[in-house]
Amino acid sequence: MAAVMPAPAASRILMSGNEAVARAVWEAGVKVAAAYPGTPSTEMLEVISTYPDIYAEWSVNEKVSLEVAIGAAYAGSRSFCCMKHVGMNVASDALMTLTLTGVVGGLVIAIADDVGLSSSQNEQDSRYWGRFAHVPVFEPADSQEAYAMTLAAYALSEKHQVPVILRMTTRINHVKALVTVGERQGHVGAGFKKDPSRFVMVPGNAGKRIPLMFRRDDTLRAESEASSLNVIEAGSDKRVGFITSGPAYMHVRESFPEAPVLKLGFSWPVPFDLCRELAAQVDQVVIVEEVEPLIETELKAQGLRVIGKDILPLQGELAPPVIKPAIARLLGEPVDEAPLRVRPAQVFPRPPTMCVACPHLGVYYTLSQVRNLNISGDIGCYTLGAGHPWQAMDTCVSMGASMGVALGMDKGRGESDKDKRIVAVIGDSTFLHMGMQGLLDMVYNKANVTVMLLDNRAVGMTGGQDNPGNGRDIHGEEAPRIDFAKLVEALGVKKERVHVVNPYELPVLFKTIRDEVKVPEVSVIITDQPCVLIKDYHKLKPFEVIEDKCTGCGNCIDVGCPAIHVTRRAKEVKPSGREVDLAFVRIESSVCTGCTLCVQPCAPGAIVHYAPVSPIKLVTKGGCSA
Amino acid sequence: MSQTTNILVVGIGGQGVMTATEILAEAAIALGHDAKKTEVAGMAQRGGVVSSHLRFGPRVLSPQIAPGEADVLLAFEAAEGLRWMHMLRPGAAALVNDSRFVPPVVELGLYDYPADPVAEMKAGSARVVAFDATTIAQGLGDIRLGNTVMLGAIADQLPFSAEILLDCVLKRFQRKGEQVVALNRKAFEAGRAAVGAAEAAAA
Repeated sequence: MAAVMPAPAASRILMSGNEAVARAVWEAGVKVAAAYPGTPSTEMLEVISTYPDIYAEWSVNEKVSLEVAIGAAYAGSRSFCCMKHVGMNVASDALMTLTLTGVVGGLVIAIADDVGLSSSQNEQDSRYWGRFAHVPVFEPADSQEAYAMTLAAYALSEKHQVPVILRMTTRINHVKALVTVGERQGHVGAGFKKDPSRFVMVPGNAGKRIPLMFRRDDTLRAESEASSLNVIEAGSDKRVGFITSGPAYMHVRESFPEAPVLKLGFSWPVPFDLCRELAAQVDQVVIVEEVEPLIETELKAQGLRVIGKDILPLQGELAPPVIKPAIARLLGEPVDEAPLRVRPAQVFPRPPTMCVACPHLGVYYTLSQVRNLNISGDIGCYTLGAGHPWQAMDTCVSMGASMGVALGMDKGRGESDKDKRIVAVIGDSTFLHMGMQGLLDMVYNKANVTVMLLDNRAVGMTGGQDNPGNGRDIHGEEAPRIDFAKLVEALGVKKERVHVVNPYELPVLFKTIRDEVKVPEVSVIITDQPCVLIKDYHKLKPFEVIEDKCTGCGNCIDVGCPAIHVTRRAKEVKPSGREVDLAFVRIESSVCTGCTLCVQPCAPGAIVHYAPVSPIKLVTKGGCSA
Repeated sequence: MSQTTNILVVGIGGQGVMTATEILAEAAIALGHDAKKTEVAGMAQRGGVVSSHLRFGPRVLSPQIAPGEADVLLAFEAAEGLRWMHMLRPGAAALVNDSRFVPPVVELGLYDYPADPVAEMKAGSARVVAFDATTIAQGLGDIRLGNTVMLGAIADQLPFSAEILLDCVLKRFQRKGEQVVALNRKAFEAGRAAVGAAEAAAA
């Protein structure tokens, strides 16, 4: 993205939490910002990259991004790094020692927890990193707070030379709300000053810094007790007082406008005295926190009588429809049943689909046609291959796990799967993120696995970000492009076991997969066609179905392209007496981009290039008129 | 809480639901309201269920609309309208684009598309207004105008004048030249007229 003119100070703008953080990062004079894309955090760095005077980069994974931010902070500059919750697992190795060295320039790590799992493989509570790593945690409740707390986090970070975690959730990252922005403060970096006792963490040095870290805990707790981000809001209904943080605060305020509330914006270390102060004002205290009982456990350990996950769920968002009935039951009041009177209609599920002409369609159609496979999968758009119609993915764990899991499935074969072929499926960006090491491990340990490396030249799932596989940097400018065939060869895969295949050529793809799964070595089949949503993709002439020629065999439907629609269904009794279901189809030619994946399995040749009889203007995004 | 207006916009990933809600939010903000807009969008890519919540008023706290509390439902697709009917207050308005977007799971024969989603919507207490925004947009020469048709459809159901919303819509297209602005103005008015006509027919 190109740099834009930032909005003037005092502007009141509708901003997502991600956009608000980006603005604050710019105002704070941050010099270096790094991230790996991940929903719901992605837009933070995307927007930062549009501001002037900040170095922004897509790193290959979250650990590298944090290390880049650490280096800049050691050099005295302010730095920023953001990631989704699972990204912090990857980056945590660096965090756990960073907490010993501390920082020179301010360092803020924004972690986006996908509470409610809108687009993740698990649900985590990243506030625990604050406790684990002995670093402070801020929790904004809306976009304005995300903006203000980012600025406050830089001040705190430099005051105590400690990295600060800004803990966000999907309901902060992606909610748009009004933000009043300010002036750019700017920041002048001090430069790197050598200090091995602090920056070289060998046992002798690290051991001396551990007591400093524990002492810092006490200092930070005093900061938290005195912080303007932690406020007791008085209330007249003293039957229940709430301690809450993040988006749950808004839900509590909405649901119980008269209740006393301790709002925690600086939630780690927990300000015990403030909590006691609230408890003294009310009959009972309820902790409303997403998602785990972190504050609750701490307060119980302090001997405070509080209620939390005894009455509230350990999973998902704590919106008013969840907390209102829980509190009503606690108080012995009737639960308002009105919202439940109208039951949701029973409507078919509508899972996300792969795009029309997506190159992965060819891969999964082919994999679904090859028998006797166990398929270890990975994280990206191609995880959708686990769904209908292909059902061609059997596991999905974490970024890059397809490699190690495949190796383990190979070595751990039971009697029932001794003849199974093991396939691993991974995308280009996931491979560069954390798959390379797994492949090296497979080669070194002589695995019998066929790897499908789906190179679509983009981080597709998060919106098509650039990566080292497509030769463009975060600004879309030219960057060195990795050669996947050479890379996997360098990792030890034999040259004759590496194939680069066009996934739209089904017979070649089928033959390559069928041949390679028979070879008891590591093979890598690289597919090389771009994501249809990035500029590298070029649309071709669309197709249509000649109605009279369609025999209803349904082969084209098995490709799984959303442009194919059933026009009618019928049953046919074969000469053998077997009854088969027929589905006659049409192609939505206005969205078809001519990939030919449905044409190839069509036996009667019923799919032909679209030739409209009347000169109706065909409207498609790229202007591919017929 | 009655001072907060709750608008629920629903459809399918890729249809422009989130942009439409953002334009509605801009109109509310232009009038001096506080506003929050949030989505439950599922995975980021196309074809999945999208529901976008807009709440505006003097001060908005929780960004989410609770079931039974939406004041207006704007549905970009028929079955999606049906899916979210339980979110409406009794007697509230549902404006639904009566065109169908059948997903692969239905084409594969795993699920059925409702025989008549609009009739099912009308079976409840809501005031359901159905029209074919897709055909209207095609008639104007560009299916992408459907988004503006939908915004025209909701224009007379809001606690502010339709002109304010129209201004916000057209502002989006200013950079694209006069012709595009004029087309969108037409699409907006066509959406308003379609709802007016459907309501007149029902009355």
